[in-house]
Amino acid sequence: MCLAIPGEVVEILDDRPDLATVDVSGVRRRINIGLLGDDRPEPGEWVLIHVGFAMSTIDEQEARATLEFLENIGQSYADEIAALTESRID
Amino acid sequence: MRFVDEYRDADKARALSAQIAALCEPGRQYKFMEVCGGHTHTIYKHGLEDYLPENITLVHGPGCPVCVIPMGRIDDAIHIARQPDVLMTSFGDMMRVPGSGGSFFDSNAEGTNIRMVYSPLDSLKLARQNPDRHVVFMGIGFETTAPSTAMTLLRAEQEGLENFSVFCNHVTIIPAIKAILDSPDLRLDGFLGPGHVSTVIGCRPYEFIARDYGKPLVVSGFEPLDILESVYRLLRQLAEGRSEVENQYTRVVPWQGNRTALDVIGRTMRLRPYFEWRGLGFISHSALRLRDEYARFDAERIFELPGLRVADPKSCQCGEVLKGVLKPWECKVFGTACTPETPIGTCMVSPEGACAAYYNFGRFNRERVKEASAP
Ligand code: SF4
Repeated sequence: MCLAIPGEVVEILDDRPDLATVDVSGVRRRINIGLLGDDRPEPGEWVLIHVGFAMSTIDEQEARATLEFLENIGQSYADEIAALTESRID
Repeated sequence: MRFVDEYRDADKARALSAQIAALCEPGRQYKFMEVCGGHTHTIYKHGLEDYLPENITLVHGPGCPVCVIPMGRIDDAIHIARQPDVLMTSFGDMMRVPGSGGSFFDSNAEGTNIRMVYSPLDSLKLARQNPDRHVVFMGIGFETTAPSTAMTLLRAEQEGLENFSVFCNHVTIIPAIKAILDSPDLRLDGFLGPGHVSTVIGCRPYEFIARDYGKPLVVSGFEPLDILESVYRLLRQLAEGRSEVENQYTRVVPWQGNRTALDVIGRTMRLRPYFEWRGLGFISHSALRLRDEYARFDAERIFELPGLRVADPKSCQCGEVLKGVLKPWECKVFGTACTPETPIGTCMVSPEGACAAYYNFGRFNRERVKEASAP
């Protein structure tokens, strides 16, 4: 749970402006974007995700570098993606 | 020093390594603490200490939230899980942390059903889906994680949920750093500041470390190059006789932190007068509990908890490891009685824990140290 993982925003829900669908290494899940305040992301932008919440917006280059780094750390990233896959936030 | 060819940015790493070596005063010993377990993980995974001159030591700090939860709080959580109609939920990292009578996994083998969740919002959903159960979320983590619990509480309030509560174990990083600075055991020359905590609290709260204690702190990212650059910046400050707070991780960390996140913490939680940290003892104002307005969501007030203080096992030296006084392999049970499969102490449980990180990746370094200390 200590990891922060980059996800690409796919969709902001019309009826729930606090939620967004993100794509993390091919896994699509909903996360909460309420902690970003006014810094709301658009589809196609990247966020750093921690326990189901976007913590900050990041640029694509940073997102890709972080992903490469995380994919290299092995088990903890695999565990994090497995946990995210189980998640059903709404 | 090892060659750094395996890096994607091998040239940059080599250049930094050389700049670091050039800044070191010969004969002087440097000790820098990396506060965050994520940094520890990177350092061991990439064998970073081997890219640094021998006179620089990286010391692991208390920034692994799983590692600092004391046994008594695990026992309390299991006590809650045993109550009728309760569904206890927790991040997966907590499942193996030993309490005095075993871990959550052990407790489940004896009949409780402590479930792993990815997010506090998943616990909230379980509460909605199970109106006849009371769902408890075990909140752990530093300021990185506390806002998520806080947002979840606000949502529970908004929805008027009556079967959801939080067992709050959130801790705050600054008092822990201060406790280490005040402890006589350790002389440090500077700090690598935690990256993700700082996205929330910003860089200001560290200023007392530079001002009152005269130690530089550089908020650092998590990649090997980030850490090397931060070490370089610490050395440069020392060489120039400065002690300041610098932000190496500006790509993610704003100097001011995250107002919204701090606001939601402030609305739902307040500082406890004191809290016990595993291995570090009681530290004042170092943890959060729910505000009185949120008492109906506070598992500590809903359930009567044993709240017993349990001493760590005698063989466990996690306290020394968390304070950076001992290296993991110097603990007598490291890798023998204590392994990730059969942890005695918490530092062996979370992948961010110094002992687990070292156990998984650190063999090269350990051999080097053994050689160095051989008669
Ligand atoms: S080896 Fe085990 S008991 Fe020793 S300090 Fe590490 S986690 Fe604690």
